[in-house]
Amino acid sequence: MQYQADVTIELKTGMLDPEGTTIKRALEHLGYETDSVRTAKKYTIDLQAENIHGARETVEEMCQKLIANPIIHNYAISLRELQ
Amino acid sequence: MSIGIVQFGGSNCDLDVLHVLKDVLGVDAELVWYKEESLERFEGIVIPGGFSYGDYLRAGAIAARTPIMASVKKLAEEGKPVIGICNGFQVLTESGLLEGALTTNEYPKFRCEPTYLRVETTDTPFTSKFKKETLSAFL
Repeated sequence: MQYQADVTIELKTGMLDPEGTTIKRALEHLGYETDSVRTAKKYTIDLQAENIHGARETVEEMCQKLIANPIIHNYAISLRELQ
Repeated sequence: MSIGIVQFGGSNCDLDVLHVLKDVLGVDAELVWYKEESLERFEGIVIPGGFSYGDYLRAGAIAARTPIMASVKKLAEEGKPVIGICNGFQVLTESGLLEGALTTNEYPKFRCEPTYLRVETTDTPFTSKFKKETLSAFL
């Protein structure tokens, strides 16, 4: 069966996010005040698996081994079956 | 004695390292395409600078997970010297051979200017030919 995983990678809390800070400042220049702006990256992976648990397990492994760097990243996986 | 210089797609300081090793230091060295199976014939490894895999995902992340890195780790475990320069340093950190992780500077301004470097220790295979405390201008 085909599944689609949306993987979101973000820096761990407290880590410097200069891109987020720069965007925050740019918004201020446009007149928008914010308390914080943090960046994240999203990867969309379409894959074949026996079932949704298998798909999740596989994508977890992908995150642990490559897509995220566990030293500096937190990640979240959202999965759905593709028709 | 021969030094292996590992090339990934996007490495661009490989020829520079080859020149320094062979022509300046008189050390036998060889360029090694990352698809090669074994690095057994080398006494040391250099991972050169550049933009392996275009810095995609994270700088050095993809190169760090290619099969040749198992050979690099084996050499390091055998006590042979391995140095990563610039992107090579990023590769070694992503591979776990160096501890920790690299991330964005607080001020990501690109600086290209001459600077002074001082040799702090000559107690490494890579700096043993320097005189300690040498102050040089690098451009």
